[in-house]
Amino acid sequence: MKITVDEERCCGAGQCVLIAPEAFDQREEDGIVVLLDAEPAEGHHTAVREAASVCPATAIQLSESPD
Amino acid sequence: MTTSPVADDASAEIPAFPQPRAAVCPFDPSPELRGLASWGPLTRVRSWNDSTPWAVTGHAEQRTLLSDPRLSADFSHPGFPSPVPHTGGERPSTDLSFVGMDDPEHARLRRMVSGAFTIKRVEAMRPVVQEMVDDFITRMLAGPKPADLVQALALPLPSLVISELLGVPYEDHEFFQTNSKVLVSAVATPEERAAAHTNLYGYLDQLVGEKLARPGDDLLSGLAQQITAGELTRREAAAMGVLLLLGGHETTANMITMGTLLLLQHPEQLARVREADDPKVIVSAVEELLRYLSVVHLGRRRTALEDIEIAGRTIRAGEGVILLGELANRDPAVFPDPDRLDIGRDARHHQAFGVGTHHCLGQPLARMELQVVYPTLFRRVPTLRMAADVADIPFKYDAVIYGVYELPVTW
Ligand code: HEM
Ligand code: HEM
Ligand code: SF4
Repeated sequence: MKITVDEERCCGAGQCVLIAPEAFDQREEDGIVVLLDAEPAEGHHTAVREAASVCPATAIQLSESPD
Repeated sequence: MTTSPVADDASAEIPAFPQPRAAVCPFDPSPELRGLASWGPLTRVRSWNDSTPWAVTGHAEQRTLLSDPRLSADFSHPGFPSPVPHTGGERPSTDLSFVGMDDPEHARLRRMVSGAFTIKRVEAMRPVVQEMVDDFITRMLAGPKPADLVQALALPLPSLVISELLGVPYEDHEFFQTNSKVLVSAVATPEERAAAHTNLYGYLDQLVGEKLARPGDDLLSGLAQQITAGELTRREAAAMGVLLLLGGHETTANMITMGTLLLLQHPEQLARVREADDPKVIVSAVEELLRYLSVVHLGRRRTALEDIEIAGRTIRAGEGVILLGELANRDPAVFPDPDRLDIGRDARHHQAFGVGTHHCLGQPLARMELQVVYPTLFRRVPTLRMAADVADIPFKYDAVIYGVYELPVTW
């Protein structure tokens, strides 16, 4: 799995930080998403998928590897 | 399915919007409103002024459209839907700061204050909010019975929280609560609302002036710094102050009263909230209450800047669009058995805070306040009950933010 985030779209809601703190954080000055880990370990994939689907700004894109 | 303008304009068939909420259940969208969903995920509706904006009922379609920059939130646009007669283009869009602007202007202003609403900053405020809630409840318990929960807790709490965050003296709360009540009132005239806005704007402008002279450690002082740095005009700062001061008042207050009322009617679920050891139970309950109640009702409103194809229809440039969050939140494709309150369900995909670039700025704060309020209230006042029949409670069917005018409780 590979994560990309769109800082322009992000509205700083922090839902990703709550759901998948291993992969996401927020910039202190404006709350915009910071990607901590673009290729998180298998064990975090479910949480990351949930974060992408809950993100109110549709700012998180995932490309899943075929295997 | 057709996109022909003839079918779109077949006037006789276009349902009216909004319709009064049914007396059947004060917590549910009216059957007439829900009936709109049977017309498809989007359909035309007829407004009081005979305009026929689109109403979007589906969860997926609302998520797609509200994330689309071709929809504008500028409410001075001639096509902007005006669902009730007292809404109108009588106000310039800058009056409510960035809520009525589009990116990149919107983002420029919003990002000057969004740092105050990160998860970390809001979590740091939780103990302070807990103390405030405890104080309000202690005072309510020391006072006469029955008490009005709106005045005892629901309104003063968000008011005090946002005042502290902004650096607005809470002693002035009667002034800004009175004026904000006029602003959301369904019965106030445009002149009365303009006067209330002028009062609030003048008040915030004066406060910004004080922060310029004597900066403190609050959000308005942060804005004053931006003025000094040439990043922001004083006018923009004061308008943003008005938006932030008002945005969290009626919304949070009505979630507190309506959520309490709803849980009182579901004693088994109330007991789960009261007895929860695991904070996750509370987090989940708050999301479900937000979904179920959808207090910011009557829809997000936008205007299409270009033609947009969606669900086999074409929204033409210049047309108004009303996105009905309360129907998205009852969409059975996303929430099975949507009319059942179930604090254990996964409700996180609700749209009670909107979607997209205008997604509620204050939502981490509102969520935290609600997570503190419900369990504290039911633990501190285990015998809490209504002091009036629900049928006699005046519901705000007509206001911008749905809720009750008062909630008499006893214990
Ligand atoms: C959650 C924060 C809020 C947002 C994002 C928001 C946004 C908006 C928007 C976009 C409009 C459309 C303007 C129009 O139709 O002319 C509007 C209208 C209005 N808002 Fe708010 N508002 C919020 C909270 C409030 C609160 C707390 C109040 C009252 C205290 C309020 C009172 C009004 C009134 C009175 C109108 C004009 C009436 C109407 O046009 O329907 N709003 N608001
Ligand atoms: C449970 C309580 C709340 C609810 C249900 C709520 C709901 C909403 C909704 C639906 C919107 C989107 C409006 C749109 O898309 O046109 C919004 C925007 C907004 N809310 Fe809230 N809100 C709540 C609490 C708060 C609080 C506590 C604040 C205080 C800081 C706040 C400040 C704002 C602001 C500033 C916006 C405009 C965001 C923008 O345009 O970028 N809200 N809110
Ligand atoms: S959930 Fe989405 S909008 Fe919120 S901070 Fe994360 S990426 Fe940004």
